[in-house]
Amino acid sequence: MTSRQRTTICATGILLFSMLSSMLLLHHVDEIRPRDIVDDTLYIASPKLVKHASLGFNGLMACIYWTRAVQYFGHRHLLRQKSYNELGPLLEITSTLDPQLLAPYQFGSTFLAPAPPNGAGQPERAIRLMQYGIQNNPQNWRLYYDLGFIYYTELKDFKKASEAFQKGSQISDAHPFLKVLAANTAEHAEDFGTARLLWSAAYQNSNEANIRQNALEHLRAIQVDEDVTNLQNAVTRFVDKNGRIPTSLWEIASAEHLPGVPVDPDGVPYELSLDGQVLVANPDEFAFIKKGTPPGYTPGPPKFHKQQ
Amino acid sequence: MSSRIAYIASNTFREAVRDRVLYNLIAFALLLSGAAILVGQISIDIEKLVVVNLGLTAVSLFGVVIAIFIGIGLVSKEIERRTLYTVLSRPVRRWEFIVGKFFGLAGTLVVNTFFMAIGVFGALLYVAHKFTSGDALILVALYFIVLEFLIICSVALLFSSFSSPLLSAILAFSLFVIGSFADDLRGFAGITHGLTRWVATGTAYLVPNFSALNIISAVAHQQSIPAQLIVQNTLYALFYSAMALSGAVLIFERRNLK
Repeated sequence: MTSRQRTTICATGILLFSMLSSMLLLHHVDEIRPRDIVDDTLYIASPKLVKHASLGFNGLMACIYWTRAVQYFGHRHLLRQKSYNELGPLLEITSTLDPQLLAPYQFGSTFLAPAPPNGAGQPERAIRLMQYGIQNNPQNWRLYYDLGFIYYTELKDFKKASEAFQKGSQISDAHPFLKVLAANTAEHAEDFGTARLLWSAAYQNSNEANIRQNALEHLRAIQVDEDVTNLQNAVTRFVDKNGRIPTSLWEIASAEHLPGVPVDPDGVPYELSLDGQVLVANPDEFAFIKKGTPPGYTPGPPKFHKQQ
Repeated sequence: MSSRIAYIASNTFREAVRDRVLYNLIAFALLLSGAAILVGQISIDIEKLVVVNLGLTAVSLFGVVIAIFIGIGLVSKEIERRTLYTVLSRPVRRWEFIVGKFFGLAGTLVVNTFFMAIGVFGALLYVAHKFTSGDALILVALYFIVLEFLIICSVALLFSSFSSPLLSAILAFSLFVIGSFADDLRGFAGITHGLTRWVATGTAYLVPNFSALNIISAVAHQQSIPAQLIVQNTLYALFYSAMALSGAVLIFERRNLK
């Protein structure tokens, strides 16, 4: 074997071994890097400064910041963190770099407004973001929808929600449901039907997986809340009529002439406590339910179910 | 063998010094002392943070520029001047030449970083008037910056082994920028599907991950750095450099120097 052949074999062996080793090591390094402080240290928080620093490559920087915003939120949401301090600045920087990029506005309306651990708990900031989006994209009806969404879900300002939906409905290619939403929020703001309409619209009109999953979980939660409300009303009627708490939901099913014990969206029957409270059998499966949870219940990490 | 590599390394170092590379320290010193004085006057409570961030970033960027601009010419200059033939006509193997050049450039950068580190600590002492135990973390950040230089040197040498200086500079600089955004590249890969996902993930792991070696922000906030991270980053830098150098050796072994 010549010297060159020996060198080639050694160098090839070292190259392959080093390549594999470095890839494996990188994987481990990722797990132990000090992430949290990096996540919380947005060194340049000023959107204008970032725009200047991007040297004209605003589009690319907007894409990078948008990806960071999604990763930042997803990572902290999974860990059930209670703060998302950088979500607002990340979305503002993204939208300043590229005001025509619509995804950050949608993301902001869904995740910047709700209270932790489901969002950053900054509805006013989310509204400013939407208004900036509308200012830069006045013919985009979806932004009016997102604005109305925040007023409805977080601030419970149904009048302003209705106004936002109404303005959006006046844009030439607006979806017809905006007029329906405007009317419903004006008249039947707190009905389950209106809430269902709102979240169905959010689900159907977004291509962003996180937003669709979030909307799906809200729809499941609305179904559960509605079922629990109706069942609780049935229990109340039973108590009024019979003077006692029913022993099980079978008695309610029989009294109300139902085909069987009502089940939750996963097909699991609801339960009745000894003191007559209707309970969800597996509350952890429904991230946003407000009713049917046992006293002292603390929700675990959110579970996102497959879209149907 | 080791003495031949050492001779080539020391000659590479001498050449770099003769090229007045170390004069960049003057620019660095001016930048840092100016910043320290300015920061001391205008900022409130974050003087140390700014000096650490500015100082370490300057060390990193200055070093990367030196590594790329000297590294890209290491082989091509020798070919141009025809001194390479003289070297190889001695009992010096081509791989020894490459490895020697690498150690020479790495040595230049380590010396450069040493003097810059003195500048950083000097500026820190000026704004903070004393050192605290947390300032020792700056040494860890500097160590990681040296690891970064090792990778850059090996990559620059890899490109220098087969292409012109201009193309090598473009490729090396591009790889540096991509490597600085390696985390984002992995983020992109995470949201794609199918073949694109595989390609993006593979690329993200193949490009040097400089963001893993960048702990400047963490150090500025005096967050502790796990010992395991230091060990793993060291191994990562060594393996990655070995990979790039092996590639350089394989290419250079077959290169027709006529």
